Amino acid sequence: MMRRVLMMVITAACAALLLAGCVAPVKDLDYTAFKASRPRSILVLPPLNESPDVKATYGILSQVTLPLAESGYYVLPVALVDETFRQNGLTQAADIQQLPPEKLREIFGADTALYIDVSKYGTQYILLQSQTLVSVSAKLIDLKTGNTLWTGAASAMDQNNSSGGGLLGMLISAIVKQIVDTATDHAYGIAGTADAMLLAAGHHNSILYGPRSPKYQSD
Amino acid sequence: MTHMQKKSLWIPRIFALTALSSTVLLAGCVQNQPPIYQWEGYQSQVYSYFKGDSKEAQITALEEGLQKIQAKNGAVPPGYHAQLGMLYMETGKGDQMAREFEAEKASFPESAQYMDFLLKNAKNGGTQ
Repeated sequence: MMRRVLMMVITAACAALLLAGCVAPVKDLDYTAFKASRPRSILVLPPLNESPDVKATYGILSQVTLPLAESGYYVLPVALVDETFRQNGLTQAADIQQLPPEKLREIFGADTALYIDVSKYGTQYILLQSQTLVSVSAKLIDLKTGNTLWTGAASAMDQNNSSGGGLLGMLISAIVKQIVDTATDHAYGIAGTADAMLLAAGHHNSILYGPRSPKYQSD
Repeated sequence: MTHMQKKSLWIPRIFALTALSSTVLLAGCVQNQPPIYQWEGYQSQVYSYFKGDSKEAQITALEEGLQKIQAKNGAVPPGYHAQLGMLYMETGKGDQMAREFEAEKASFPESAQYMDFLLKNAKNGGTQ
């Protein structure tokens, strides 16, 4: 009897340990290089787009300035930077993201560059609902040393579970919503949320506050 | 859902507002402080530029935004003057372009190297 109770206790303890293992918190980022670098300015390069929506690159790029600037950084004018690349024959994000850091620093005078990858962008129709999903990841590179200062990822989603109207009603409303969302560029709004989640300072594993924020060096 | 057709004209504006307010709200949640800059339509005008909308309309919107910022004595966001300068350049207004690039430089010395590069290129007859 005692042995059986002991076995149960051990099994329970093992299960608890296993479960604890599953929900272990996300690993803390190492900010040593970031803190040593103290960047003031960020050059945001045109994002790579892995999604089928051609609007993804510019939907994301046009909304990165607000969260980064409110976090305390100077953000180089994103459209003008894109135009400078174009004037020099660089129209593909993949080519631009391959440029040597020294070259970027020489032209733009920025301390860091932000390399963004858009993996999901747009409205999908799944069974009886449609959802708009934007997923992005990014890394911040020191243009003096080439060191990676920070990496992060975020997803923003808007889901429409319409109820009422029966099965056909739900089906139709989901389809209508998909058409309307595509026509009116609904993903643009979700992209702004994804940018803010990815790039605002002041939360776990986020970028650090920059020198133009009153909270500089408080994190 | 049945009202979607009628409301369709309003949807972009509502989404733009939602996007902006959610960004501000998110920023507000984690920072608990007033915004550093008065944004007006900067980001939506940048998006309009990328989409190839009318440059004259973008200039008008950015000029009006600038007046609103100045009226409230707010801080002009990074890139705002430079964006307007680029639009002046592309519509053949060289003097106004130079003034905006200089204004960007004055507000943000971090931009000096890039603004000087653009001003030098413009003087040498290059477009950018």
